[in-house]
Amino acid sequence: MIISIASGKGGTGKTTVAVNLALSLPDVQLLDCDVEEPNSHIFLKPEITDVKSACTLVPVVNPNLCDYCGKCAAACEYNAIVVLPTQVMVFSELCHGCGLCSMVCPRDAISEETREIGVVRKGRSGDNIELVYGLLHIGEIMAAPLIDHVKEEIDPEKTVIIDAPPGTACPVIAAISGSDYCILVTEPTPFGLYDLKLIVEVLKVLKIPSGVVVNKAGIGDMEVYDYCKEEEIPILLEIPYDKEIAEHYSEGVPFVDAIPEWKTRFSGMVEGIRGEL
Amino acid sequence: MKQITIISGKGGTGKTTLVASFAALARNLVIADCDVDAPDLHLLLHPEIVTREEFKGLNVAAMDKAKCIECGICEEACRFKAISDTDSGYAVDPTRCEGCGVCVFVCDQDAITFAERVSGYAFISKTKYGTMAHAQLNIAEEASGKLVTVVRNNAQRVAEEEGFKLILIDGSPGIGCPVIASLTGVDLALVITEPTMSGLHDLERILDVTRHFGIASVVCINKYDINEANSSRITEFCQERGVTIVRNIPYDPVVTEAMVAAMPVVEFSDGAVSDAIREIWASIR
Repeated sequence: MIISIASGKGGTGKTTVAVNLALSLPDVQLLDCDVEEPNSHIFLKPEITDVKSACTLVPVVNPNLCDYCGKCAAACEYNAIVVLPTQVMVFSELCHGCGLCSMVCPRDAISEETREIGVVRKGRSGDNIELVYGLLHIGEIMAAPLIDHVKEEIDPEKTVIIDAPPGTACPVIAAISGSDYCILVTEPTPFGLYDLKLIVEVLKVLKIPSGVVVNKAGIGDMEVYDYCKEEEIPILLEIPYDKEIAEHYSEGVPFVDAIPEWKTRFSGMVEGIRGEL
Repeated sequence: MKQITIISGKGGTGKTTLVASFAALARNLVIADCDVDAPDLHLLLHPEIVTREEFKGLNVAAMDKAKCIECGICEEACRFKAISDTDSGYAVDPTRCEGCGVCVFVCDQDAITFAERVSGYAFISKTKYGTMAHAQLNIAEEASGKLVTVVRNNAQRVAEEEGFKLILIDGSPGIGCPVIASLTGVDLALVITEPTMSGLHDLERILDVTRHFGIASVVCINKYDINEANSSRITEFCQERGVTIVRNIPYDPVVTEAMVAAMPVVEFSDGAVSDAIREIWASIR
């Protein structure tokens, strides 16, 4: 079973839920797909056993074959290749690696080479968690292909938890597509609610069933609860706004390690999800 | 014209809270909400939309099943796994399609159409604090970086037309495409972080990004008093990097109360948080 954790709004507690959930279950694999700002490893302190280079393809133009006809530039939808009278410029950071330029080139002047956009790290934390996370290189814009590389490591034998990035755009889709269930983490505030509504619409498009975890319960107002009731989205768990929990978070300590009774709540939540599916 | 972007790396550290208050303090400016896939600034600034413009990001492929002979060449050629053989024949998944056009090129049956898609809307609005450029990316769309650029161009045009000298940009979390689009060419990045291990980790990465693009940066620690040891660590880290910490903001539930009241916190309360925000604004404007 693949469960992804998403939120729309940033900083609502996705990583908190992902990490504490992983620590509450036997034999899990946690994929941190927030490759721009991964944080799960801060809490799980894994022993890294494997680091893989994650690459995309970029065009290389052979100047001996190129006659500067400009067909490649005309075909590229991303403006990643520009043909001047005696020169071709490739803007690798704009290139999506689709390969169209090399296909359209009438003189076979374009080949492709790999370009590293980030790394995928794999390691173990304790006896029951395998952590895989991606780390996008500084200055790179394309998170989605790196997320795909992280997801290539999925072990279908395990319970897989995916920690998704914030937002509702392509990196989120890349992270959560293919999940059996999505846990939406929100906070009971107007910002939390607005962004929850956006991510709920995303899940309708992707046809992934979902439930809500209300984090920092007790702050803000009750409108998140009203919305979930109207939309018939189950509230799976409430994590109170609590000084002790906040302190553990700030220190990079998963709170189920400090307050073990929460482990049964997290594992019970997953049992409920399994029953529903 | 001066442009200031508020960013954070980590989400939920207080970017929008800060931008809304700066807007209330500054007046005479153009505000740009560049968190186009999860925008929240409008919840505090209540913009009245003046113009609404369709945003066409990338094209999208679609299968004409009457023409498709099910050869599967398109599925093989698509590097984004956007085409698959379904129960009802080959189909394009628009959420995975990146609009590259490879499938259109390889199909010798002319069975794939390639059409513009409206990927969102860009708005120019009036608020009581000044003109606001903002947007909403449609659900599950690509090209958020391009939409950020549209919002920034709108903000610059309005600033020139109305004679304003300052553009204040609310960024998105992360360090990728939309963040870089909201940072290029700005005069200053104000990075707001929090005294947690995650906040410190994400601060390091976002400061690497601003350094990579040569953008002057200053830092403020929000809720600095929830873990003063971590705040000291962040301060030391910033000193080593030669990055100024402008002023820290204490924790106060009044920030959430102001959000529930749908108001910038400096207008909602006159406490220590508002004092800190006023000082930060005075030092960066």
